[in-house]
Amino acid sequence: MALLQLQEPGESTAPHEHRLAVGIDLGTTNSLVASVRNGISVCLNDAEGRSMLPSVVHYPRDGTTLVGRGAQAFQVDDPRNTLVSVKRFMGRGVKDVTHIESMPYDFVDTEGMLRFRTAAGVKTPVEVSAEILKHLRERAEASLGGSLVGAVITVPAYFDDAQRQATKDAARLAGLNVLRLLNEPTAAAVAYGLENASEGVYAIYDLGGGTFDISILKLSRGVFEVMATNGDASLGGDDFDHRVFCWILDQSGVAPVSDSDARRLQALARRAKERLSTEEEAQVRVTLSTGDEVDLTLTRETFVEMTRTLVNKTLAPVRKALRDADLSVDEIKGVVMVGGATRMLHLQQAVGEFFGQSPLTNLDPDKVVALGAAMQANVLAGNRTADDDWLLLDVIPLSLGIETMGGLVEKIVPRNSTIPIAKAQEFTTFKDGQTAMAIHVVQGERELVSNCRSLARFELRGIPPMTAGAARIRVSYQVDADGLLAVTAREMSSGVEAQVVVKPSYGLADDEIADMLKAGFDNAGEDAKARAVRELQVEGERLLEAVQQALLADGVLLDAEERAGVDAAMVALRQAVAETDAKALRKALDGLSRQTDAFAARRMDKSIRTALAGHKINELKV
Amino acid sequence: MDLQQDYFSLFGLPQGFDIDKDRLEQAYRDCQAQVHPDRHAHRSDAEKRVSMQWATHVNEAYRTLRKPLLRARYMLSLRGVDAGIETNTAMAPAFLMEQMEWREGVEEAREGGDVSDLEHMRQRLDLHERELHQNLSGQLAEDVTDGELAADTVRRLMFIEKLQIEIDDALEALED
Repeated sequence: MALLQLQEPGESTAPHEHRLAVGIDLGTTNSLVASVRNGISVCLNDAEGRSMLPSVVHYPRDGTTLVGRGAQAFQVDDPRNTLVSVKRFMGRGVKDVTHIESMPYDFVDTEGMLRFRTAAGVKTPVEVSAEILKHLRERAEASLGGSLVGAVITVPAYFDDAQRQATKDAARLAGLNVLRLLNEPTAAAVAYGLENASEGVYAIYDLGGGTFDISILKLSRGVFEVMATNGDASLGGDDFDHRVFCWILDQSGVAPVSDSDARRLQALARRAKERLSTEEEAQVRVTLSTGDEVDLTLTRETFVEMTRTLVNKTLAPVRKALRDADLSVDEIKGVVMVGGATRMLHLQQAVGEFFGQSPLTNLDPDKVVALGAAMQANVLAGNRTADDDWLLLDVIPLSLGIETMGGLVEKIVPRNSTIPIAKAQEFTTFKDGQTAMAIHVVQGERELVSNCRSLARFELRGIPPMTAGAARIRVSYQVDADGLLAVTAREMSSGVEAQVVVKPSYGLADDEIADMLKAGFDNAGEDAKARAVRELQVEGERLLEAVQQALLADGVLLDAEERAGVDAAMVALRQAVAETDAKALRKALDGLSRQTDAFAARRMDKSIRTALAGHKINELKV
Repeated sequence: MDLQQDYFSLFGLPQGFDIDKDRLEQAYRDCQAQVHPDRHAHRSDAEKRVSMQWATHVNEAYRTLRKPLLRARYMLSLRGVDAGIETNTAMAPAFLMEQMEWREGVEEAREGGDVSDLEHMRQRLDLHERELHQNLSGQLAEDVTDGELAADTVRRLMFIEKLQIEIDDALEALED
């Protein structure tokens, strides 16, 4: 065990205690991992010195898995077993995906989240994303020289609950401890704001490969407060590529093409688009497998023309975000451009014209999200120094509601509410003697359930029979700091309770994830039991350290008897950690947690009082 | 943990409808700086749980005190008056008539796609809203024991808010 040191919050940890934590930008097209080293956030490179990992996973027939450039090499020859842009499918069903007809995959027609049939068996988007995350975790561990305390994973701000949950599940499958899901524009704002010591209201315009976000943030004395966010979770650089792809088919008259020729042409379309960010025109020249020749010249003018509607499509969410923030364009101090797709010149011009100022492009739009995420990961892992005194206040992007009579939505948590947030609403029965009630949780802005996103359904049973309208069913929504929702329902007169963690409609059930984890260990030749014990031991050590620190700082808040209880539970846990009995470990962990519940509450109370004491203690009624 | 403490005391502010917004914002930030889950991500599960409860509570308190209508309703609830009950019957007939006229006006402008008309109505409503806010400051003063006047104003404001939302939705729909 490390030497104990007296420590105030905000004080630096000793160098040897630096906890390894990373920020991961899990992108549609590329993914990156970054970490704070010697006080500076840097992207971690692969052996060839490249930071960007193409978000491509290939499942060959031999049962292995290839990720990144190695996988990319197969996207033309084996498109069915080579999955690209998988982020578009996270928490989504087959019906939700645009252009699905032009995709070379063998989709499994199933309820809920879609799945792919591959040479390695049926795979969910969560498992595919987990391969990318695992690859980045291994890169980070090799680069930093140790195992990670945890990771901050970024998600598009406009991701709904199902997409966030899917991302968190993927991280869990990849063996990562998720410190926080962080919204991509907020991560970019951290990197930008801290680098430039900015103050004022900023707009972060983030167009990635497959998602678009706009966030309006107020930066003031180290607080990053998101005032409003909006976006389109299925609009990105890929759509610009698709326009070029369609143009190539149309101009050359080669359609229909095979899956592998389609991939070849998509790659060319992307390259042409990228080229037009610096050149006036781009050549598209290729010989297809059929022997057909394609030889075209795409001018910037034609490209601008064919993608104008896409550019305009990003401006509607910008207007909505401004309205929600109750701000006009001239109140925006700066516009930060994030995401590779913002390299397109006509996009920069359109955004510049909208805001009446040139957008800021001085940070690498590909890296800024990962760099910001790493800064936040460093702080969340407990490596906060005196310079790291910032706070992020983020919001939920889409309203959360419940289905009521007639397929209508009753909103419970409005969009752009600062998280964490909890809301409750009371409902009643409509039939005499009704003993059960179905609850359907939805997300979105529309009035009809059918136009919103279904998150989960659950049932409250055992309501005591009463006359219609007499039962009082209180449904509570709690959104945590990751933007994830938990729902509880309770009949107030009887106390009958039903609880769900939102998952079902487009997510994976807990036991499915457990199976995937187990399969993962089997493949890696690991003993699942040994791994579980090791994880419990790590958790135990973490808890012991946290309690030790808390006792040093605030031990006086406990009376002698309580202190003795905590001490005994610590001794028990320390002993359990030294052995390998999973059951005993679990029991000792629970024991110490229970013993410290009241202590935790008292510490929080104290820190609140300290916070207010500075300038207004005389007004406090204690 | 004292989650029962009223929101004004939580932020160390004197109870009253007129509020020092800068002071409220500063106190809110000071509180979140202590309790926010990001400050406790490396702590024990118990501490993380308490942190989320507190941060949720502080967010709710801030939201309530920041918005005039919510603040007024909250102050009434502290006095045991629930202004939120949908009691059209409690409203003066003249007021209800006026509301109907407003609603018809919004509907007409929406159907006619008349943006400037909608914006003009929004401005008039905003003006009216500010007048009612001024009334509330006296109606909710500490020495006023009868909450009924304030409750009536709050109900009027709730009608106005609904109209404002309708106008904003109409404007948004016309924009798309």
